[in-house]
Order: sequence, then C-alpha cells, then structure tokens
Amino acid sequence: MDLKLKIWRQKNASERGRFVNYKISNISPDSSFLEMLDVLNEELISFGEEPVVFDHDCREGICGTCGMYINGRPHGPDELITACQLHMRKFRDGETIVIEPWRARAFPVIKDLMVDRSAFDELMQDSGYVSVNTGNAPDANTIPVQKEQADLSMDAATCIGCGACVAACKNASAMLFVSAKVSHLALLPQGRVEAKKRAALMVAKMDALGFGNCTNTGACEAECPKGIKLTNIARLNREYYKASIF
Amino acid sequence: MTKLDSKIPEGPLDKKWSNYKANQNLVNPANKRKLDIIVVGTGLAGASAAASLAEMGFKVKSFCYQDSPRRAHSIAAQGGINAAKNYPNDGDSVYRLFYDTIKGGDYRSREANVYRLAEVSNQIIDQCVAQGVPFAREYGGTLANRSFGGALVSRTFYARGQTGQQLLLGAYQAQSRQIKQGNIEMYPRMEMMNLVIIDGKARGIIARDVITGELKRFSAHSVVLATGGYGNVFFLSTMAMGSNVSAAWQSYKKGAAFGNPCFVQIHPTCIPVHGEYQSKLTLMSESLRNDGRIWVPKHKEDAERIRKGEITAGDLPEEGRDYYLERRYPAFGNLVPRDVASRAAKERCDAGFGVGNTGLAVYLDFKDSIERLGKDTIEAKYGNLFQMYEKITDENPYETPMMIYPAIHYAMGGLWVDYELQTTIPGLFATGEANFSDHGANRLGASALMQGLADGYFVLPYTIQNYLAHEINTPRFSTDTPEFDAAEKETSEQLISLMNIKGTKSVDTFHKKLGKIMWEYVGMARNMEGLKTAIEEIRELRKDFYANLRIPGELNDLNPELQKATRLADFLELGELMAMDALNREESCGGHFREEYQTGEGEALRDDKQYNYVAAWTFSGEGKAPEMIREALVFEEIEVKQRNYK
Amino acid sequence: MSLAGIFLITFLLVHLGINLLVILNEDPMVFNRAAHFMGTNKVIKIFEIVLFGGFLLHIIYALILQVQNWLARPKRYHKMTRSDTSAFSRWMIHTALIVFAFLAIHLADFYFKAKFGDVGETSEEGVHDLASLIIDKFQMPGFVIFYVASFIFLGFHLIHGFQSAFKTLGLNNKTYTPVIQVLSILYTIIVVGGFTAIPIVIYFQ
Repeated sequence: MDLKLKIWRQKNASERGRFVNYKISNISPDSSFLEMLDVLNEELISFGEEPVVFDHDCREGICGTCGMYINGRPHGPDELITACQLHMRKFRDGETIVIEPWRARAFPVIKDLMVDRSAFDELMQDSGYVSVNTGNAPDANTIPVQKEQADLSMDAATCIGCGACVAACKNASAMLFVSAKVSHLALLPQGRVEAKKRAALMVAKMDALGFGNCTNTGACEAECPKGIKLTNIARLNREYYKASIF
Repeated sequence: MTKLDSKIPEGPLDKKWSNYKANQNLVNPANKRKLDIIVVGTGLAGASAAASLAEMGFKVKSFCYQDSPRRAHSIAAQGGINAAKNYPNDGDSVYRLFYDTIKGGDYRSREANVYRLAEVSNQIIDQCVAQGVPFAREYGGTLANRSFGGALVSRTFYARGQTGQQLLLGAYQAQSRQIKQGNIEMYPRMEMMNLVIIDGKARGIIARDVITGELKRFSAHSVVLATGGYGNVFFLSTMAMGSNVSAAWQSYKKGAAFGNPCFVQIHPTCIPVHGEYQSKLTLMSESLRNDGRIWVPKHKEDAERIRKGEITAGDLPEEGRDYYLERRYPAFGNLVPRDVASRAAKERCDAGFGVGNTGLAVYLDFKDSIERLGKDTIEAKYGNLFQMYEKITDENPYETPMMIYPAIHYAMGGLWVDYELQTTIPGLFATGEANFSDHGANRLGASALMQGLADGYFVLPYTIQNYLAHEINTPRFSTDTPEFDAAEKETSEQLISLMNIKGTKSVDTFHKKLGKIMWEYVGMARNMEGLKTAIEEIRELRKDFYANLRIPGELNDLNPELQKATRLADFLELGELMAMDALNREESCGGHFREEYQTGEGEALRDDKQYNYVAAWTFSGEGKAPEMIREALVFEEIEVKQRNYK
Repeated sequence: MSLAGIFLITFLLVHLGINLLVILNEDPMVFNRAAHFMGTNKVIKIFEIVLFGGFLLHIIYALILQVQNWLARPKRYHKMTRSDTSAFSRWMIHTALIVFAFLAIHLADFYFKAKFGDVGETSEEGVHDLASLIIDKFQMPGFVIFYVASFIFLGFHLIHGFQSAFKTLGLNNKTYTPVIQVLSILYTIIVVGGFTAIPIVIYFQ
C-alpha cells in the first residue's frame, strides 16, 4: 500500500506544533498501524531526521499506552480496538491519513503525538481504591458476591485508562473514566463501603484538573476500545448525589 | 570469588517460613519512617511491594519507565493466578501446589522458596478480593476456579481473560493510595540507568528522566528491582516494547550474580510472524489447545503449495494431514506441556512442513470440535480469542484453521537471590520475573502472577526488614558523594558515546539481527556448535553496533531511539551470557533443550548428577569471561523423576 | 442544570395546555380567563418567580458549563469524524441560543405586553383580551414562520435534553432508559406539535 500521512509534529510542550506531510510506500495491509509508523520512523532515521514520537508499549491492546487521533477518531477507524490493534487493511491504498495527538487541556502534548495523561493517575489517587492494607483481608469467600454484580463490576473494571473517552468527548470530559472506576468498586461489597466518598472526591478532582463536563452525548461510549458503557456515568451520578445529599 | 549463601532457614520444609518470620529482625514503626526504599518497576511485584512497604511506614520511591505505573506489562497476563485454596474440594493443598510447581520446573528450583510460594498463595487471593479485584464468581456468589496445564486440580482464579490487568490494577490502586498519603514518591517516565554502591551496599540509583533526558540521583537504604523479564533479547516476543533487562544488567555489572540466564519459556500458541516489519508477537491463550487439533501437511509438496498460496488448508484431505502431537504423544496429544509442544512445532517447520507464507507456522484446527460441539459452544468458549485472531490476521478461524507458532514469553532466569530475595549485593533485592525465580527451568501456567504478588505482598516486606534492622542508625543521606558522582559520570559517558557513534544504522536494525541470532541458536533447540556460533556472532554484532549505530535527536531531550539503544546495548551483552550458560548446561531440562541430550524419542534428557544446580554468573570486568558459581539444589522432600507425556 | 431543565419541561406542558385553549375553544373568553387567572393568582405569582429562577439557573449553569467545556479543549482537532452519537446532543448550545432569542422576542411580544402594555380589556373586569392579541399576531406570515421554526429548534433541544436530564440524575439502565427515550420523543412531538399548531391553525382560519 502507498499512503500519505499528515502527522502532527511538535518539538516540546512549549513550542507550537504543525502538521507535516509524509509519503510512505510498500506498506503491507497485514501490518499494524504502529508498525506502519515504525517503518516511517526507520525511513526518517535513515535520512538523519528525528522519528515521530508516539506512546506505545504492550502492542496487544491492554496497557492503554498508545492513543492517537487517526482520521478524526480516537484509535482510528475500527471498533473496540486500540491504535496498536488497528491494521492497515482498514485503509484504502493511496489514502491520506491524518494523525493528531489527544487534544485536551488536562492532557498537554509532550512531543509530537505523545501526551501527558498523569491527570488520570491523580484522579485515581483521590480515592480510586479500597482502603485496605496488605495482610488484613478476611478469607476470600467470606463475603459472597452476586455473579451479576461481579460481572457488571468486571465490565467497568476493564478500562485501560487510554484516554480515548476524553479525546472523543466534545467537552474533553473524563466522566467515563471516573465512572468506570466508581462503578467497578461500588458494585462490589468490598468497595461499597467508601463508594459515596469516592464519587465525591473523584468528581471534585476531575473538575479541578480541567476536564470538561458530561452532556450525555455518548461519544466516549462509542469510541471506548473496551466498550465501557454510559450506564456507568449514571451510576457515578447516583453515587455523587448520595454523597452530596445524604 | 563471590560466595553464594541461599540462607534457607532451618527446620522441616513446612515450618521454614514460620520459623524465619518468628526469628527475623523487625524494624519498629518509629524507625520505619526514617528508612527509604527504592522500588524500580511497577508491575505486580513492584507495585505490590511499594504499596505494602509504604503501608508499613517505610518511605518508598517508586520508578517506572512508562507514563503511568498502571501500564507495566503484568497487565497483559491473561489466564489466571494459582492458589491452593481447594475451594472446588478436589484435593488441592499447599503441598500439592508446591509439588506441581517443582515438577513443572523440571526440578531446577529451590524447595524452600517454592514451598513458601505455595504457602502464601492463599493470602494473595484474600488480599486481592479485599482490594476489589472482580474475580469470576459462581452463581452462589463464591469464587470460580478453572484448570490449567500441569495440574490435576482446578486451582486457577481468574477475571475473564484479563486476570493480570485486574490484579495489577488492584496493586496500582493500593499504590495510588500510598502516593496520596505521601508514603510513596512516584517517578513515572524515569528509567533506571545505574546502581550506586557505597561501602559494598546498594544505596541508590541513577535514573534518566525520559522527557528531559536529565540524569537524576536517588538515594535510599535499600534498592528493590522489580523490573521484569528479558524476553526482548529475542526482539520478537510477547513482551511489551519497552520491557528490558537494563536495571538487572547494570546491577549484574556492579556485582549481582545472574542466575540461570538460559532458562526462557517459549509459548507454543502465538500468532506467527507475518513479515519483516513485525514488532511484536501476540499470545493466544493456552486454553485453545483443549479443543483445537494441531497439524501440518503430511507431504512436503503440499506444504510448499500452501506456502505459495496455490492451495489452502481446506483443500487437503484428512489423509494428507499430519497431527504430529497426537502421533508422537498419544496419551497427552495436543495437551502436552508448553516446552514439548513448542519444540515439536519447530521440528516440523524446520523439516519443511511449515505453512503460512513464511513456512513458520502450524495449523490449530477447530473443524472437528465445531462439528462435534457446534459453532455456538466453541464461540461461547473462545469467542473473544477468535475475534482477536481475526482482527490481527483477517482470517475467520471458524472457517479456516488458525495458524500458530511458538514465541518467547517469560524468563525463568534472572538476578540470583537468596531465600530473602536479596541479591549478592547487600541491600539490593530482586522480586518477580526479575529474579531467577521459583519456576526452575519451566514455569507452569498461572504461576507468574502468583510469584510476583507473593514476593511483593508477603515475602519481601518481611525479609527486607531483616536487612533494614541493621540500617536504623544510618541517617538519610545526600546524593553528593563520590560514589554518586562516579555512577552518574559512568552513565553519562555511556550515553554520550552512544550518541557520538553517528553511524548509519538504526537501533532496530541491530535488535532484529540480535533477535535472529538468539532465536536461531539460543531458542527452542540448542547445540554446542550453534551456541558457539551465537557467541561469535553476538560479539561481531556488538562491534558493528558500537561502530555503525545512528541515533538522531538530542542527548538531553525526549529521545526514544537513545532509550532503545541503551537497552539494546545491555541485551547485546546478556545474549552472550545466555549462550554461555546454555553452552555450559550440558543437559536438557524444561525450556532449555540441548539437541545432544535427548532420549531416543526426542525428549529432554536431564543430567541430575552433574547439573542439579543453579548457575549463578558474576561479572569479572569488560572483555573478561564471567565466572560461574554453583548453588547446589538439595531435594529433601521430593523424589526427582523424569517427565513423561507419552 | 438537569433539575432546572426538568422543571422547565414541566412548565412547557402547563403553558401548552393553556395556549391550546385559544384554538380548542370557540369562546376566546375561556383562554382570557385562564390567562387572567395565571396572571393574578398569588400562588401562580410566586411560581412565576420560581419559573424565572429556573430559567436563570438553567441559562447561567449552561453558560458556566459551556465555557468550562470550551476551555477543556483549547486546541481543536484538525479532522473530526463523527462518532456514533446523536446530532442533537452535539448542538445543544446552538439550539439553546436560538431558543433564547425566541424567548426574548416572545416575552416582549406577549408577556410584557400582558403585564405592562396596553392590551384591550374585555367585557369582564380586569381580564385582558390576550386572545385577540395572539390572533392578530398570527395573521402575519413572517411571524408564524419564525414562531414555528423556533419551536422546531426547541424540539431539537428537548429531544436530547429530556433524556439527558434523567441520565444526569442517575437514571440509566436497561429497563428505564428505553422508556425514557420513547417518552422524550413523545414529549417533544406533543410540545412542538402543540405549540406550532396554534399559529398554523390561527393563520389558516
């Protein structure tokens, strides 16, 4: 395949970036999107140019490190996958592919396509856990958990923290990310104890970090590589009201 | 010469750990606040250790090269975690888990360590449930179990196909809580470059800020390495792109012994390599072998035509297919252990029967199972795996057989540690996959997660105190010491010299070459001649690397090529040591298969008389041959036997 | 935001009910009396203040949230491919501006006139002839078109607003959400249909 790439290049956080056009040829349709970028980078290196910087690690869709806006969609034109699982056969020969970093105030660009998502870690540090020390756990089967609840909890817990929800949301809101964590823990008896406090703290932190507000548009759900449901946001809202009213 | 003292406690096997804990030194709460611990790596072993130590009151500094501690590669583990809970009431016990692990490791691990691992396995499950890990449940609300290879009982706890992710998030959350409370200072995107030793003790690290390129100094009373495995020495593996050996290797060069470097595990069911541009391999769960049948064409001409694309698998009649595992191992068939299945696939492909455009693949066929059980049943069991396969290969495994090939995915070898998980450098500890581990020469499925968390939650937080109890009078110290100066200078010079090569070839060019050498000669089947060739070729490649490497960009800037180059520089040295270790071990055991040492039927032939030991290698200086020290393995409980799967 | 929205949603129904009297009843006095009651009753007067409060709250919140949302993405994407989402939800602030403009004109035309202007009295004491005012206004085709168009935009606003309000209040699950979605469409059809029917019917009478 021969392709035209229009890639956002930005030297560092403070300098202004711009789009740079590249041409690349002989790409196998069986290669992954990131492997296509590897090929581009090898070419750039052979000319002595700096390769395009992008975040990536496991390359099997679970670590949540990779993330870029490909042709107007987070993780590109396929459903329920991350950028590293996107394959070139999803593109047409000769197509122009526009590649941009996540755009959000809370996710500033570090270089080229790499952004700083430490805001997600800060959110997690504000109560995104069960307060239990190592060693003081009762036997694992002491508290039975309804299978349905455990399954729902697992649905929410599959979030990989890639930031596609924020990237896709027209308001750059982190509601889906926060709600996935709040739901995961609120649905289990172990996490239920702190559920209200958790919702209140995480929502307040989310606002403080400069994420936008939820307008129930649903772009986050549509673009989430793990299929996290919008119903989690409603559950977060319920927990939040419980915390603020009762 | 370094002396190895494994510090195995006295007493009967099942009392050793309790005896140790009863008699060890502890640090009182007021003193804990005054002691700093550096933990490098935030996978299962690192995050759990950092969280547990911080909860106890120590001041922890935690490092990872990723942008967030949650991204460590433990997250990619699929299958599950073993524990001797015996919830299914099928006869499991601590002893049985211990026995299976020793036997699975082909009798090349330490009895006392493995017994302790089995002992604490149950606590891990309790701890994870309390943290809110959403394990699979039965309708009655109790925890569900499934069975895994190498065991006669169901003892594997799981969270769908994402057990590693859920356990890691549990540990990450525990760590996040301690960061919030100020007990952990978190340093993401920070890569350990060097170890600082003062008066013979590990006292700190030099780390490179990945964003700015700046070298930074960190001091502590003790350093813990939880930096994972070194599978990426093969270039293509199921490891994450950033997984590397550098922290462990730099420590090796500072005096830590490296145990059994040649023991790596090759997983039989990965999606095959499909081209030169490929960057990584994806694992397909071992569970697929329950219902899939593995075969290659019986005639070479057919295999050739398939490779050329003239015919497809479906065109071959039943009598044209060779179900080689069923043929060779009628008793276990497609369910032979990982090392056996991997070697058999390689043997067929090397003989010219491989399929796929590269000829390096075999079929995993579900046709018979679909006919027998129906497509719906197969979909319910393996739907997500089939979907993943289709996303990657664009082939529908319900209609055409899957193609699979073995790939590197775990390193049993690693830094040598004693019973306390301490390396041969006082104050330097290694946990999880980074240490030479409890898995001997072969790891059983669902045991990596168990070991990582056992080390981090329940072993290291005790054993490290036995060391730190002697450090309570050491005040926090500054990094303005000649030792830190020297370590930083050393690292800085290394980086500058790499930048200054200004050759013509990229890091990946060399890494791919190293991978080819390793895979060819130090991979699934090894022999004396090949290993000698490997050592020669790696040395040549290293020369080429230092003469012709090109790193664009700046030294003091975000520079992924420089990061890759420093990691590869260490892999280029490790590769040689692996080959030397494999050359030394003139027997076949577990993942280490020497072609010269096999039974008449082509099975691994152990030599317990001569090689019943851990090979711990120590660095003797650049350009000098490393020294090998033996730690003899003593089996008091278990009778050592030959494995047989016919 | 959502509470104020739901409050306004309820108000619209009451408003519609009274307005429909103009076309549903032959005798204009029925509507005039109802309007008079709404304009003079003490309880209603209090509710009037609450209503204005509701509007104000809804608008102020909307402005604050919208500004926050714009600030949350200082640099926009070069290329956007629409996700699988409802278009109405993406255009809330725009439909809101149109509705707001309409509201201003609407208040000037009817509400302030009825309150402070010189609307002719009817035979009954104190009861103003609002019915005639309305019927007069809706003889102008431009006005009718503007009125109808505005309500269509209000409809766009409501079709997302109605169900979104419930989601924000935490009501989103497999059982209720489909019901709420049907309700939101029904409600929008009734409100838009009802309000636009009035000028159209009057114009063609």
